[in-house]
Amino acid sequence: MNFKLNKIIPQLATLLAVILVFGFLTYNAQVNMDNRGIEFGFGFLTQESSFDVQFSLIDYDGSHSYARAYLVGLLNTLLVAFIGIILSTILGVIVGIARLSPNYLIERTAAWYVEFFRNIPLLLQIFFWYFAALRALPLPQDTEPMFGVFFLTIKGLFVPRFVWENLDIFFYSIIAAIISIVIIRNYARKLQENEGKQLPVFSISVGLFIILPLLTFLIGGVSLNFSVPELEQMSNTSFKYKGGLGIPPELIALTLALGLYTATFIAECVRAGIQGISKGQKEAAASIGLTPRQILKLVVMPQALRIIIPPTTNQYLNLTKNSSLAAAIAYPDLVLIFAGTALMQTGRAIEIVSITMLTYLSISLSISVLMNWYNKKIAIKEK
Amino acid sequence: MFKLIKQLTSFVAMVAVLFAFSTEAMAKKSKTLKNTQKKGFVRCGVSQGLPGFSNADAAGNWTGVDVDVCRAVAAAVLGDANKVKFTPLSAKERFTALTSGEIDILSRNTTWTLSRDADIGLTFVGVNFYDGQGFMVRKNSGYSSVNDFKDGISACTNLGTTTELNMRDFFNSKGISYEPVTFEKADEVVAAYDAGRCDTYTTDKSGLAAQRIKLSSPDDHIVLPETISKEPLGPVVRQGDSVWEDIVRWSLNVMIEAEEYGVNSANADSMKTSDNPAVKRLVGAEGELGAAFGLDNEWSLRIIKQVGNYGESYKRNIADTGILPDRGPNELWTKGGILYVPPAR
Repeated sequence: MNFKLNKIIPQLATLLAVILVFGFLTYNAQVNMDNRGIEFGFGFLTQESSFDVQFSLIDYDGSHSYARAYLVGLLNTLLVAFIGIILSTILGVIVGIARLSPNYLIERTAAWYVEFFRNIPLLLQIFFWYFAALRALPLPQDTEPMFGVFFLTIKGLFVPRFVWENLDIFFYSIIAAIISIVIIRNYARKLQENEGKQLPVFSISVGLFIILPLLTFLIGGVSLNFSVPELEQMSNTSFKYKGGLGIPPELIALTLALGLYTATFIAECVRAGIQGISKGQKEAAASIGLTPRQILKLVVMPQALRIIIPPTTNQYLNLTKNSSLAAAIAYPDLVLIFAGTALMQTGRAIEIVSITMLTYLSISLSISVLMNWYNKKIAIKEK
Repeated sequence: MFKLIKQLTSFVAMVAVLFAFSTEAMAKKSKTLKNTQKKGFVRCGVSQGLPGFSNADAAGNWTGVDVDVCRAVAAAVLGDANKVKFTPLSAKERFTALTSGEIDILSRNTTWTLSRDADIGLTFVGVNFYDGQGFMVRKNSGYSSVNDFKDGISACTNLGTTTELNMRDFFNSKGISYEPVTFEKADEVVAAYDAGRCDTYTTDKSGLAAQRIKLSSPDDHIVLPETISKEPLGPVVRQGDSVWEDIVRWSLNVMIEAEEYGVNSANADSMKTSDNPAVKRLVGAEGELGAAFGLDNEWSLRIIKQVGNYGESYKRNIADTGILPDRGPNELWTKGGILYVPPAR
């Protein structure tokens, strides 16, 4: 009894202290806001925002509400985080493996890349990619097209846009392909367990994934056209591209900087993961007759992933939070649109900053939950 | 419990006011004034570098017409125009810095609007520069008027300013689609426009004139003649300290009125013997004007002697630096401008 109480009292005291501190902060803020005639409330979210945004994934202009402006910012942040995570993962894995290469040149290049990019402050790198690289790019009218349809200019990268017909049928065919692949994989496993036969599952999967959607073009009435960007003159010297899809240079610079920076950390995680598997494991696998590919797939990677995933999750979180540096180079992310312009126009600092903080917290927690689930899935299952 | 304390304090305050209804008590009523005198310097929020308005040189000395407002207040309440601590703020940070009490005057080319004045705990005390939003373009672009703008034009500007809203109103009324590229800091706007990211750079015309100097080849750029908005720029204080508000307001007004009566930093002392009572009041030789704020009677004389009148400040910071040699609307009402302040009496 006494022992239990000893444990509970410090916890209760801590809880009480936390509540008191928060209570005091809230009360203090309230009194001071009262004194200065500032009202607290979220009613402003439904008001017309009356400012425009350069780049938005959903339909938005100044006649929409602040709530919608928030959504625009959130989606833009998620877009950068998503592209950045994919870019940094691919690059990180390649560089991480390259650092273990027996080839001296490859190993050194990868090492130099890691040491260089991870030791320069991220904001400087963003400025570099935006201002230094931007200045080097040509104006729209001076641009030589790449492959005839891509235009990389100071005003952004202009690429052909897909113009689909019967996109839904194409979509269904991809779903059908995925389902049939799952069925075949299960069948192949059973076949191997029962009769010891192996099916070339990988080739069949790839084949299905290509052939099924292709079929819809031939017999499903699906067609794909491209809207190629065309140069249009606005005045003597200013030009723009019409049609096609314009990717703003801010987005390119930001994802490039975030991707290259975070990839260095992921590369180190990957290297650590692979080096963490003892040589004996590989030798044991080889001694029971597995091929090198099977050794990597069945023995090394499953164990290495366990070491790689937790620190990599941290890097994903860092990348997402670092994306808030976007405001420096005019990429309209959550911080720029909502904690920037919207905050300025409404003056609701406390409301907007808390919403923004909660949003980043939710994004980070979601990534954590997802990665923890994956980590559990690949963890050692003791039998 | 808190209500009781509140009631008690208000009762004590009432008693205090009843017992000590003198000018000294008035001065004590301004918490900001008391704090400023205790600290020994005026806490002033300025821009991160806008030539002519608030700009620091290599040695860290701040100059500009916005800076001079804070210097005037320092001269009035502390007796020394140099006793100012300047805090450079971005457009985004400025109001929070003021309402949170980090600074006591915000003199940072800030546009006076209804929502800012009424909604977010701020009070505008006056106008020290009448401005309007304009557009800068490259000379060789062929744009000679905003009417030449076409769909898809990209415009660089600052985040968190009225500029963003005016721009939308303007392009919407013209029915032109545009691409807003908004940066947090002015230097980055200039860099991006200079690199060719945008077809036009839009902000207050004074700002355009000042920032043009920072471009790699200023002569290749022009400011279009049209003005698309009213931008009365002026100093701001926190809501709720009306004595401090009055001090800042009248420090600015004194500078303008001094110009009107021909009182400047050179002749201020000799004006004490002037025949004009208005002039004598201005230099503290007649009346008890300072007492109303809890200041001595030479507060305005110090402003004129140490900072100069508005005309001197304008000439020193804006005209002589080549930013806007023509005073335009910022001329006295007696000389065809719209500078008109209530009489200091």
